[in-house]
Amino acid sequence: MRAPAVSSLVERELRVFVKIWHASAFSAFGMPVLFLVAMGVGLGGLVDDRPGAAAGLSYLHFVTPGLMVAASVQQAAGESLWPVLGGIKWDGRYVAMVASPLTPVDVFAGVLAWIAIRVAASTVAFLLVATVLGGVVSPWGVLALPATVLCSLAFAAPTSAFSITQENEVPFAMIMRLGVLPLFLFSGTFFPVSNLPGALQPLAWLSPLWHGVELARHATTGDAHWADLAHLAILLAWVTGGWLWGLRTFPRRLTP
Amino acid sequence: MIAMGGARLLVERNVRAYRRQWFVFASGFAEPLLYLLSIGIGVGELVGRIPGPGGELVTYREFVAPGMLAAAAMNGAILDTTFNFFVKLKYQGVYDAMLATPLRPFDIAAGEVSWSLLRGAAYSAAFLVAMLLFGLVHSWWAVLVVPAAVLIGFAFAGAGLGATTYMRSWTDFDLVSAALVPMFLFSGTFFPLSRYPGWFEWVVKATPLYQGVALERALVFGALDWTTPLHAAYLIALGLVGVRIASRRLATLLTA
Amino acid sequence: MLESLVDATGLTKRFGSFTAVSGIDFHVQPGEAFGMLGPNGAGKSSTMRMIGCVSPVTEGHLRILGMDPAVDGPAIRARIGSVPQEDTLDTEMSVWDNMVTYGRYFGISHALIRERADELLRFFQLIDRRDDKVDPLSGGMKRRLTVARALINQPEMVLLDEPTTGLDPQARHLLWERLYQLKRSGVTLVLTTHYMDEAEQLCDRLVIMDRGRIVAEGSPRELIDRHATREVVELRFASTEEQERSVPLLEPGSPRVESLTDRVLVYTSDGEAALGLLAEHALQPTSVLVRRSSLEDVFLLLTGRQLEE
Ligand SMILES: Nc1ncnc2c1ncn2[C@@H]1O[C@H](COP(=O)(O)OP(=O)(O)O)[C@@H](O)[C@H]1O
Ligand SMILES: [Mg+2]
Repeated sequence: MRAPAVSSLVERELRVFVKIWHASAFSAFGMPVLFLVAMGVGLGGLVDDRPGAAAGLSYLHFVTPGLMVAASVQQAAGESLWPVLGGIKWDGRYVAMVASPLTPVDVFAGVLAWIAIRVAASTVAFLLVATVLGGVVSPWGVLALPATVLCSLAFAAPTSAFSITQENEVPFAMIMRLGVLPLFLFSGTFFPVSNLPGALQPLAWLSPLWHGVELARHATTGDAHWADLAHLAILLAWVTGGWLWGLRTFPRRLTP
Repeated sequence: MIAMGGARLLVERNVRAYRRQWFVFASGFAEPLLYLLSIGIGVGELVGRIPGPGGELVTYREFVAPGMLAAAAMNGAILDTTFNFFVKLKYQGVYDAMLATPLRPFDIAAGEVSWSLLRGAAYSAAFLVAMLLFGLVHSWWAVLVVPAAVLIGFAFAGAGLGATTYMRSWTDFDLVSAALVPMFLFSGTFFPLSRYPGWFEWVVKATPLYQGVALERALVFGALDWTTPLHAAYLIALGLVGVRIASRRLATLLTA
Repeated sequence: MLESLVDATGLTKRFGSFTAVSGIDFHVQPGEAFGMLGPNGAGKSSTMRMIGCVSPVTEGHLRILGMDPAVDGPAIRARIGSVPQEDTLDTEMSVWDNMVTYGRYFGISHALIRERADELLRFFQLIDRRDDKVDPLSGGMKRRLTVARALINQPEMVLLDEPTTGLDPQARHLLWERLYQLKRSGVTLVLTTHYMDEAEQLCDRLVIMDRGRIVAEGSPRELIDRHATREVVELRFASTEEQERSVPLLEPGSPRVESLTDRVLVYTSDGEAALGLLAEHALQPTSVLVRRSSLEDVFLLLTGRQLEE
């Protein structure tokens, strides 16, 4: 993997993106903001009638980082499923890439780099709007950006390593529905994990999304803990695991 | 009669096409249930009692469940008649092949809508059972919850099908989510309209999803009044207009 | 003598226990147009992908431009052009952006890419479509774009896997003509095909492949001279029964007689004599065609099967 190689791949994505950015602007940015208004402000009004219900935070403060990370993870997961399979199966653009001096590992790195850039861009926009709406209280909130990107990569790395091994897109809808959606809903995004039935709480701890949400929440509320180091380590482990897996699957599929 | 026969043939085709992907069909049951568990039960724990349709105070989970049922009926119908329909129309050439047989464009439109409604009915019946188990149903009128969900599905399937015949590329689908997501979030699904300024309340009341949510909530709580049949009439009218437009447009698109 | 661009000995490709390419030897010299002719499944694409350094060699020796693909894949790919069997165009982009983006994969500067892309699109008659999306282009245009794109790095050698399969005759001729010009400009071509006319038109030298092996090698002329007779008589009969009766009559007089489902091929140096033989037994073919032998015949004679089933 070499930096110029990865940048030529990112350039390809940008070239497509500048023509259709407005299309994804809504799903990447507009949608999370609408969720923030509906949940943070609309639903939040109902929650805050009972002070301290959401882990001692106002519901808007509680749900802002949750939505931010959860939306990014959904975006990252989507981007590492269909487009990755499409690159080998539908338009064969990865086949074209590895016919050039690029290697399969460059392609994998390019996929992840592009996802990181996309997620970072929508997270910045979301953070700005959330700050205006009063969802971010601490200047440490800027650290929510790297936390969100890291958490997205914790999903994107293993997911794209998996996608490239597939023959069709049938499993993808299932992954979104039975994998990503439950994580979206139960990883401490909308309500504290401590409100889950006791037996289910350890399951939430397994979710990389929960670690990302905790990190981001501690950043936007300016309330760091030693446990954050553990969250960080676990997310890095997911990224590394996914990366190592992809180092096997990408070459195996792209240069059989 | 021939018309319905043609539609039945299309439903048969879809059943056959889906048979190998039954688990995709099955996973559709999970989605609304997961939302109910997360937002209804999880977030509901954080919320006090709020006014229900008859004015009496109800728990949040009781309030939100019928809203989610209506929203799920909308989402399912829209997914079938926009995204899935577009793939068949533009990429798989499914309909080109059908129109080489005695089937007519109207059969296709009616068939796709019927198919979507059948699936929607199965999903809402399952959701109703879940509501019963959680003790969220309070009236015998609830036996009409599933037919009402079919009406919601009909309205959105008709509208979706009609709209899809005007779509040129995938980017146009962002308009679909741009219309759908705000409706999903703000049509009284997650919090009562009383939280809005007066004029906005009327905007919301004009949306088809609000009509569906109000209908379902009235049935679940047994709080029917003179507006209830109006909600139903609105949904039927929207569906009829959509199917009519779709079959006209299909005729020009496919037989040009 | 110049060093060969491709140097393969005992080259083997296995997928699991299945052997797609079975220990083949061949060499490609600079400036020549080298072909691989063979039916579907012969192992042509597998061989091409190994040459293109996108598929590891299972066994044997392979050097491309003097380098080892296992070690120097990127360096080799930087100097060759590749047109895979299936077009791999970026369907989300315009014709022009396809050229630019692909050039960037080679690390070529934007300025240089612009210059070359313009020239290549002109050469392949695509300049009018430069801002169009790729999807609506005709099959022939897509194929020409794939070839144009493969030339963006000014490769020393271009790999063309079935360059004209699926194209209509007009589109094929246009592409052949462009490839011919390319060859004259000194670019080495390595191409696969299952059309004998394509092989005859474009190749200086070719190997005939079947079931993962090379069954013959030479120039088109040499192969025909060596393995076939000067003339072939194609006979069709009104019934299978008549056709069956004709074969034993023809066999003594000719070096080789092949009975296919729809016709009999008589390989002979004297077509008239063979026909005379039939007339003696009151056998009247419904059609008679005397023609020169082709590579198709060479393949049939070597393998007992037809190139295109
Ligand atoms: N990736 C692969 N995995 C397994 N078998 C393959 C793969 N690629 C090709 N084959 C098999 O190898 C044989 C040769 O294929 P190929 O090289 O594509 O032949 P050709 O290009 O001459 O038609 C075929 O039987 C094909 O099914
Ligand atoms: Mg091939």
